[in-house]
Amino acid sequence: MDAEYNQIGASTELAQPSSDRRYRVFEEARITIETDTDIVVARQRGRELATRLGFSSSDLTLTATAISELARNIVQYAKRGEVTLRLIERNGREGIAVEARDQGPGIADIRRVLEGGYSTSRSLGLGLSGVKRLMDEFEIESKVGQGTKVVARKWRK
Amino acid sequence: MEVPILKQGPYLIASIQSALSDADLVELRDGLVEKVGRLRSKGVIVDVTALDVMDSFATRTLRDIAFMIRLRGAETVIVGIQPDVAFTMVQLGLTLEGVPTALDLEGGIAYLNKKSAASGREAKARGR
Amino acid sequence: MRVAVGCPIAAYPDGQYDHWPTTGPTLRTSESVEEGYMEHNTRTMTESQSEMQMPSELLRQLVAHLRQNRTQLREEWARRITEARLLTAMTKEEIFAEATSVYDNYVEALETGTFEALQAYARGLSERIIPRGVETDEVIGIVLLLRDVLARSLFAKYQHDFALLNRILDAYEPAANRIANTVAVGFVQERERVIREQQEAIRVLSTPVLQVRERLLILPIIGVIDPQRARQLTEQLLRGIRTNRAKVVVIDITGVPVMDATVANHLVQTVEATRLLGATVIITGLSPEIAQTLVTIGVDLGKMNTVGDLQGGIEEAERLLGYKVVPLGEANDRA
Repeated sequence: MDAEYNQIGASTELAQPSSDRRYRVFEEARITIETDTDIVVARQRGRELATRLGFSSSDLTLTATAISELARNIVQYAKRGEVTLRLIERNGREGIAVEARDQGPGIADIRRVLEGGYSTSRSLGLGLSGVKRLMDEFEIESKVGQGTKVVARKWRK
Repeated sequence: MEVPILKQGPYLIASIQSALSDADLVELRDGLVEKVGRLRSKGVIVDVTALDVMDSFATRTLRDIAFMIRLRGAETVIVGIQPDVAFTMVQLGLTLEGVPTALDLEGGIAYLNKKSAASGREAKARGR
Repeated sequence: MRVAVGCPIAAYPDGQYDHWPTTGPTLRTSESVEEGYMEHNTRTMTESQSEMQMPSELLRQLVAHLRQNRTQLREEWARRITEARLLTAMTKEEIFAEATSVYDNYVEALETGTFEALQAYARGLSERIIPRGVETDEVIGIVLLLRDVLARSLFAKYQHDFALLNRILDAYEPAANRIANTVAVGFVQERERVIREQQEAIRVLSTPVLQVRERLLILPIIGVIDPQRARQLTEQLLRGIRTNRAKVVVIDITGVPVMDATVANHLVQTVEATRLLGATVIITGLSPEIAQTLVTIGVDLGKMNTVGDLQGGIEEAERLLGYKVVPLGEANDRA
């Protein structure tokens, strides 16, 4: 199963961990997301990391919740994937970047998903549009049949 | 991490102690819905003071709990939502509409007492 | 986004990240005409010590020229500033006084290759002129004018010896750019500091959460609400509810002049978040205009508990809290 996953992954750009070179990365944590307990692990790790940056308590909660939503999307739609948390710096500003990657079914109509209230599974459909609202920056790439990659960033105020 | 459900007079109190996985939440829901009938409870208080994140799944499950308990003939009140958590929930558009809330356990019990007193009066008025 | 295959992030040398321009002097590339100077001109001069590499003889000549023509050049500069309608918030005399100081600091920076004094002066200047409403483009405009005035005078002086002129300009330009940069950056930084301070002050002043009696808070909002302030208000209110164990909150928006869809939605969110904590919000002071706006843009007023004015709001709050409400007239009689 593992080998197959990697093989499929190797042929697509989405499958590979990407380093975000527009920022200096000074800490990184990767969490494999497979079960619902991994969701909890990922968001707690994110909270820990962002605490180190001196995030306000409400920003910590916003960030942890966004991680939770992204990780849940993986479990729900792709079964398996990875969340990478990075502490980043640019022009003296520090923040956290959350990258969620999977090789799931992908999203056909990203715009519709981001408008909110749309979901292909039994959920409130607030996942991605919600994450976009909680974080400062949001990027998404998705190919049907290949997977989805979301990067969301939040900067220290 | 299992959530202890305590019987306190006519009410059930579920006091969440730490972060919950989806499975824990579902277990809590099933436990409450089952116990409320078996113990003939009039109300349920779910204390979420210890939760530092309430995402869409947690919120939906709490709402499901409240609606299911209502179908079982009892009231549910969610208590102890933290300010930061409430702020995040509304950003996500998760407002727990139709689910009563209170500041803390004390507020939750006061709400349920008032509610059952009111329904008592109603029952009397209907001549039961 | 580029792709890194199985390679830990730490393995990337710094140079692989996008290079952000530093604020060092930039290289002159355009004015060179004679082929022979091209190589010299394109020599990289991004190090901060590059001014020190200026041939000392040329530098002495340059500085001497600027000192000798001080009166005429700074008059010319002041005249050009007025002509370009820069620093209109200042009088002619003020402009001339500042021009003199900038000029002297400028020549000194050229001579010594150190910028601390100029930096300090730029900061002081910014502190003086920012309250007068001087804008960033004006400051950049005046330093560029000075650079131009001095370059023209160098042209005039050395036009008989083109080779020498080129070498003088080579020596002058990186330093002049650096000086322009120092002054402009100093101004922008000072401006940002002032803005930050003002924002903070406004924030602290404008969001008081008052406890009028046990379990009852009042939040009078005065002034324009932007998204940032709305967020701050909400956070402060939610914390206030928790620490005071408040059950009812009266939000009075009599002092809010305008409300658009964004602000209205923030208000709705505040009401919703308050309810999640277990407290009730009463909104008072909705003006007819705002009421119209809210209905027109389709804000869900069903979630809002509104009462005409603050007094009525407090009475309603006390009723919710189970206090007995005494009619206004009676209360006044007793007092």
